Amino acid sequence: MNQSHEAPLLTADNVTRYYGEHVGCRGVSFDLWPGEVIGIVGESGSGKTTLLNCTSGRLPPVSGTVQFATRAEGLSDIYEMSEAERRMLMRTDWGFVHQNPRDGLRMAVSAGANIGERLMAIGDRHYGDIRRTAGDWLGKVEFNIDRIDDMPSTFSGGMQQRLQIARNLVTKPRLVFMDEPTGGLDVSVQARLLDLLRVLVDELGLSAILVTHDLAVARLITHRLMVMRRGEVVESGLTDQVLDDPQHPYTQLLVSSILQV
Amino acid sequence: MYVAVKGGERAIDNAHALLAEERRGDQKVPELTLKQIQNQMSGAVDRVMTEGSVYDPELAALAIKQACGDLVEAIFLLRAYRTTLPRFATSKPLDTNAMTLRRRISATYKDLPGGQLLGPTFDYTHRLLDFALAAEGGAPVNPTETAPSEVSDQVPRVLEQLNQEGLIEPADTGEEKIPGDLTRDPVSFPADRSVRLQNLARGDEGFLLALGYSTQRGYGRNHPFAGEIRMGEVAVEIVPEELGFAIEIGEITVTECEMVNQFAGSKEAPPQFTRGYGLVFGHQDRKAMSMALVDRALRCRELGEEVEAPAQDEEFVLYHSDVVEAQGFVQHLKLPHYVDFQSELEMIRRLRASFQNQTPAAAE
Amino acid sequence: MDTIDHNRSENAATTDDYNFAYLDEQTKRMVRRSLLKAVAIPGYQVPFGSREMPLSYGWGTGGIQVTASVIGPDDTLKVIDQGADDTTNAVSIRKFFAKTAGIKTTEETEQATVIQTRHRIPETQLKEGQVLVYQVPIPEPLRWLEARETETRKMHALEEYGTMHVRLYEDITRHGKIATSYDYPVIVNDRYLMRPSPIPKFDNPKMDQNPALQLFGAGREKRIYAVPPYTKVKSLDFEDHPFEVQKWDQSCAICRSDNSFLDEVITDDQGGRMFVCSDTDYCQKRVAQQQREKTSNPGEPSV
Repeated sequence: MNQSHEAPLLTADNVTRYYGEHVGCRGVSFDLWPGEVIGIVGESGSGKTTLLNCTSGRLPPVSGTVQFATRAEGLSDIYEMSEAERRMLMRTDWGFVHQNPRDGLRMAVSAGANIGERLMAIGDRHYGDIRRTAGDWLGKVEFNIDRIDDMPSTFSGGMQQRLQIARNLVTKPRLVFMDEPTGGLDVSVQARLLDLLRVLVDELGLSAILVTHDLAVARLITHRLMVMRRGEVVESGLTDQVLDDPQHPYTQLLVSSILQV
Repeated sequence: MYVAVKGGERAIDNAHALLAEERRGDQKVPELTLKQIQNQMSGAVDRVMTEGSVYDPELAALAIKQACGDLVEAIFLLRAYRTTLPRFATSKPLDTNAMTLRRRISATYKDLPGGQLLGPTFDYTHRLLDFALAAEGGAPVNPTETAPSEVSDQVPRVLEQLNQEGLIEPADTGEEKIPGDLTRDPVSFPADRSVRLQNLARGDEGFLLALGYSTQRGYGRNHPFAGEIRMGEVAVEIVPEELGFAIEIGEITVTECEMVNQFAGSKEAPPQFTRGYGLVFGHQDRKAMSMALVDRALRCRELGEEVEAPAQDEEFVLYHSDVVEAQGFVQHLKLPHYVDFQSELEMIRRLRASFQNQTPAAAE
Repeated sequence: MDTIDHNRSENAATTDDYNFAYLDEQTKRMVRRSLLKAVAIPGYQVPFGSREMPLSYGWGTGGIQVTASVIGPDDTLKVIDQGADDTTNAVSIRKFFAKTAGIKTTEETEQATVIQTRHRIPETQLKEGQVLVYQVPIPEPLRWLEARETETRKMHALEEYGTMHVRLYEDITRHGKIATSYDYPVIVNDRYLMRPSPIPKFDNPKMDQNPALQLFGAGREKRIYAVPPYTKVKSLDFEDHPFEVQKWDQSCAICRSDNSFLDEVITDDQGGRMFVCSDTDYCQKRVAQQQREKTSNPGEPSV
């Protein structure tokens, strides 16, 4: 993990979000550095998905700020920028991998078109080149290139997830948000996917914020970990430290109740 | 030698003549009069006025006669006529509290002040064809002995009772707002409730009935109760500039339906019943009730409910409810499309030819 | 055959019963304001308060309202459908204006000041000062991608059009070429994505840098848009799959034109067919010209 850069890629400061009287998340602050993967773990209802949505521009917090180091203007508040700028960011410099790949793919168009869409959205107009790039990315996510023209509904869950990842990475984003990317997949398929993610993160120098309820996933892929409970971060630190030597009683409970991988 | 087909103009004139013949039917049978339609087919007249957006039973009768009884055509005639009418005033909101009631029922209470006044309704008839009606010049119908129509200051609103206890959301939000006008401006989304209600009032009865029905069958359930259905005459009032006070310019018959729907609450506010509203010209229980069900379904956004079902989908409902628009676009398929079809023919032949020749797809 | 004076028709009402061209002046003003906005922002869909007309939605009411709002007593109107003056709906619309406006009508493209059309652009080159009014069924080019009006409005505002190419990409993947043959989407003035109405793609190039004013009316969907004279109109394509128009192996059986859009006519039940110009005025003109010259003339310069 590289911390030689001077500024964090993303800074969350006191992010708070309520649903009526129910706390989504409260007072969460953290920095994400280039090349770093942060995990947010907790049980359902802990607020981890809310936090992910707040930091990825999908859900404005009621108080607190989220700032991202844009290429053009450096650290900018993502909710102060115009909708046009935010949407552009979501299509180019950011990626979002949904738990259910159907939410992150166009099911009615081919694999190649799914990957090519972002390129076409930023102005690429050469069919051959787009197709070639799509093919390259299918290769990178260990996808059979012969299936470039097939529809996503013909793929297994694991394949759809890899397609979703390729679709997000084609514009070489610097930050990828992931919401339980391995949820719903078989254990062996999960393992393969996590390996792939780890390799891609390393190769491409990606940063990521990954939400999961599965500590094993966190251990395999994240550098740092935040443990959430009832909307608040109860413990954070280097992943191995948090998992091997949990300080907070809740973390201890979490850790002790899973099978060690 | 092929000669291009001509004579479209003559064909059209002949079609018009044939239509006129068909409309009249057998010349030995007496011609329908507008009065007959107005008096003896009020169900048709009421629907045409409501969806045609013009309260004029005689004009509606004329439209029905001209359309040979095709109510969608009649509604279209009335709408087109409406376009030519100058608008010289906007009435005050109808005061249905002051309605001269001919019918008033509530399903939420067994008995209530003012009682259950059935009025003229199909509800409890047995649907057995009455062949006595087939004879013409039958015995005159004796006027029924009825109590004088209740004036509704003795007939308080059901929902008002609930409102006094705070059990139902108030009808009036208290904000002064000018309602949108669908006959002047196109709808834009998200749409105001006033615009939605206008759209529904003008909307096709069948479409709304089906959507309302779907909410009862689980497509966006909202637990409706028929709080009150009223039918009767209300005054139409305008305030001319020269006078500065309201004058009555006429009286119209309307049917009004208020539904009581499932309660909503939050951490800040205790639960209250919610409302659905329907208002139509003439006597049309079914349309007023359907309208109220769909109105309530479309309020999901403001009541914080998930949009799960077609009846809750604002764009879906409002864009497809207008029978004049719908019939136009569906039937436009009868217009010549041979140029576009020719383009498709050329394309498909070309694609099939390259498929036959096994030309590789243009990949790198 | 030339200009027809339709001041009196044997049917029903005369011009005295209606305001000139049916619509009241307020409505015409409202439509013209929308038209001005449309001309100022080429290709952008302007919402307008479309009125119920005596013809059905879907049968040209948008075009009719636009024509009614721009036409004056000195104008000469041509109405075509599928390129022909004599198809039923063209006849019906022409009669409507004859009845309600009493203006001169014509079948000759060069004589017309206002041309209302459905599904074709005339083959004869239009001139400055002419107005071409298109009838539009569905104005929104992104509708296939996105059913929500709220979302498509945003996409236009933010120029998020790259996904339109996804459809073209899929066509090439599946068929080896772009399979859209009519209502082919275009970019107007390098900014707005627009649907030209269901004209065959053969006609798309005519929209580019046309000296005439092009107005588009969608009555049922309540949208108006415009392409001012001499505006850039480019059909969507890929660099390595450029836009191409339809071609026929045959020429017109009547006037022998090689570069007009041809209708296919079935002549017998053994598969016999022949091809004739869809633009009836253009075809007749060529025949008249050829008869005058008494020589075979393969073709006047096409548009």
